Amino acid sequence: MPAITFQDADAIRAVQSRMSPPSRFGDKAFEWLTLAMASAVVVLAILIGWELWVGSSLAIKKFGFHFLTTSTWDPVAEQFGALPFIYGTLVSSAIALIIAVPLGIATAAYLTELAPLWIRQPLVSLIEMLAAIPSVILGLWGVFVMVPWLRDYPFPFLKRYFGWIPLFNGPIYGPCMFAGGIIIAIMILPIITSISREILRSVPNLQREAAYALGATRWEATRIAVLSYAKKGLFGAVILGLGRALGETLAVTMVIGNTPQIVASLFKPGYTLASVLANEFTEATSDIYLQALFEIGLVLFGITILVNLLSQLLLRTIRATSATRAVQ
Amino acid sequence: MMKFRRRIFLGLAIAFGMSTTASAQMMINGAGATFPYPIYSKWFDAYTKVDPSVRFNYQSIGSGGGQKQILSQTVDFGASDGPMSDENLAKAPGKILHIPTVAGAVVITYNLPGNPALKLDGDTIAGMYLGRIKKWNDPKLTALNPGVKLPDQDIVVVHRSDGSGTTFIFTDYLSKVSSEWKSKAGNNTSVNWPTGIGGKGNEGVSGQVKQTPGAVGYVELIYAKQNKMPYADVKNSAGEFVKASPDSVIAALATAEIPDDFRFSMTNAPGKDAYPIAGATWLLVYQQQKDATKGKKLIEFLKWALTKGETMAKDLDYASLPESVEQRVLKRIDEIKM
Repeated sequence: MPAITFQDADAIRAVQSRMSPPSRFGDKAFEWLTLAMASAVVVLAILIGWELWVGSSLAIKKFGFHFLTTSTWDPVAEQFGALPFIYGTLVSSAIALIIAVPLGIATAAYLTELAPLWIRQPLVSLIEMLAAIPSVILGLWGVFVMVPWLRDYPFPFLKRYFGWIPLFNGPIYGPCMFAGGIIIAIMILPIITSISREILRSVPNLQREAAYALGATRWEATRIAVLSYAKKGLFGAVILGLGRALGETLAVTMVIGNTPQIVASLFKPGYTLASVLANEFTEATSDIYLQALFEIGLVLFGITILVNLLSQLLLRTIRATSATRAVQ
Repeated sequence: MMKFRRRIFLGLAIAFGMSTTASAQMMINGAGATFPYPIYSKWFDAYTKVDPSVRFNYQSIGSGGGQKQILSQTVDFGASDGPMSDENLAKAPGKILHIPTVAGAVVITYNLPGNPALKLDGDTIAGMYLGRIKKWNDPKLTALNPGVKLPDQDIVVVHRSDGSGTTFIFTDYLSKVSSEWKSKAGNNTSVNWPTGIGGKGNEGVSGQVKQTPGAVGYVELIYAKQNKMPYADVKNSAGEFVKASPDSVIAALATAEIPDDFRFSMTNAPGKDAYPIAGATWLLVYQQQKDATKGKKLIEFLKWALTKGETMAKDLDYASLPESVEQRVLKRIDEIKM
């Protein structure tokens, strides 16, 4: 390509002078467009909340605060209390996190730090495939394969050796809170793993090199230079997993036993907020029954928001402590 | 060029032809019960040959949804496994007619070693579902089943976790045979179960029963048959043990007391051959139809379903209406006004 000569530069200047002055319209339009998109999300969330509130106003008036603190769910007598469902949602999600978080983060650490290169991509695809399994299929697999297996092998083992803990006591039926937690764990494992992997991959190599330069072993380098560095992001991955766990519906419904009760034993059936909605919404005919179900939806909505707020707070404290440590 | 033009012409002709048949075709919308969905869809399919100008669009969204949609007039007919309550009927902008179509049995299925044939009565079923009868070798069960070796095994009670017409029929029966059940749990599409684990849908309950040794559950007859699960003979109010079948449900229909608004319950029917745990399903239509041509087509279809369509019922393990009831329903259909 020939270099630009003076003549060319003159020509360019001539064309430029004929062009309209640089317009800011495109920038503005882009700004407004993205703003509209972003606010649409906010408006949608508010509208959902509003709709749930309006849909359950009668029930809120009738049951008041008792809705959250009583345990009777009786569509015949029209007495409704959501406590066992709230309990079931929180406990099953907690079980899921206890199982899926170490598993997910360890898998991510293996994939980014330790695994031989040729194995990484196939493993990643496999994990992502797990996320693609429809939840109803997982549920069916849960009913026909997982629950009978759990009932025959791991549960009796836990009961024999850890039966002195109330959590692992009582008769074993098969479908139960524990099974519900395990199926949720399977469902949130891919999201926790793949997000954690992305985060660990984004840890700068300088971190690792610095650790090795100081004579760190592989474990020390991974623990101090990588995991600790990525703490915040990993926490975010866990919160995303928890968000999914709270709302997981179909597969859980199929294995949790669907009995609204609050008992210590994880071998007893439980119930979650999302499950009762999926189960009873279609056939609810009386007004107050429907309203109570709407209120269940509102409670689930509220819990999700609350969990997210709490995690933001927690994240901030983590940030604060690491900042002070950096100063020291 | 000529060829090309002809092809365009042909394409246009086909497009126009299709659009004209589409506009001549009337779409009748319905929504509701899932239990009769297999036979309804068969009817709608067969009816296109009887009257090609009508197409049906039926959404099996559940009885609650069916009642809601007919009340808000978003569909031309609703469908429900339970009759509408007085409270809900009062909300309707016009008079809603209940048209019973078919009936079905709910059977008690179980999972025992060797799956012996069992006999049960209402008191025992209620006892199991109340959590009073806890073991399979309970004296009540052994007394009903002389000669059957029942194991010393815990009874694992399985019920539906989702709201359903099946549960409505089952709890309707239990409320009739057990005053304790009536006061403790009562009758609805979903109740406050005293004991047991919940499975979602017929497939959930049958799956749970099949997987759990010592389990007992209730499902629609067709599910027990398809899954080759055993189901118990149940003692009816005449004191006979009856096996569930379309015939024994028809016998129940024939002897059940049916009021003129057709909002009836046919559980625990008095007939000697009547199977006691059974229920009908209804189509819900307004007596005063808004759209005259649509109303006329709907009436034609209802009459066809009750007279000709009924013959398909037995293959799908539904019971058709007996002659006496059919005549009364046909008369009611004639009262639909345009």
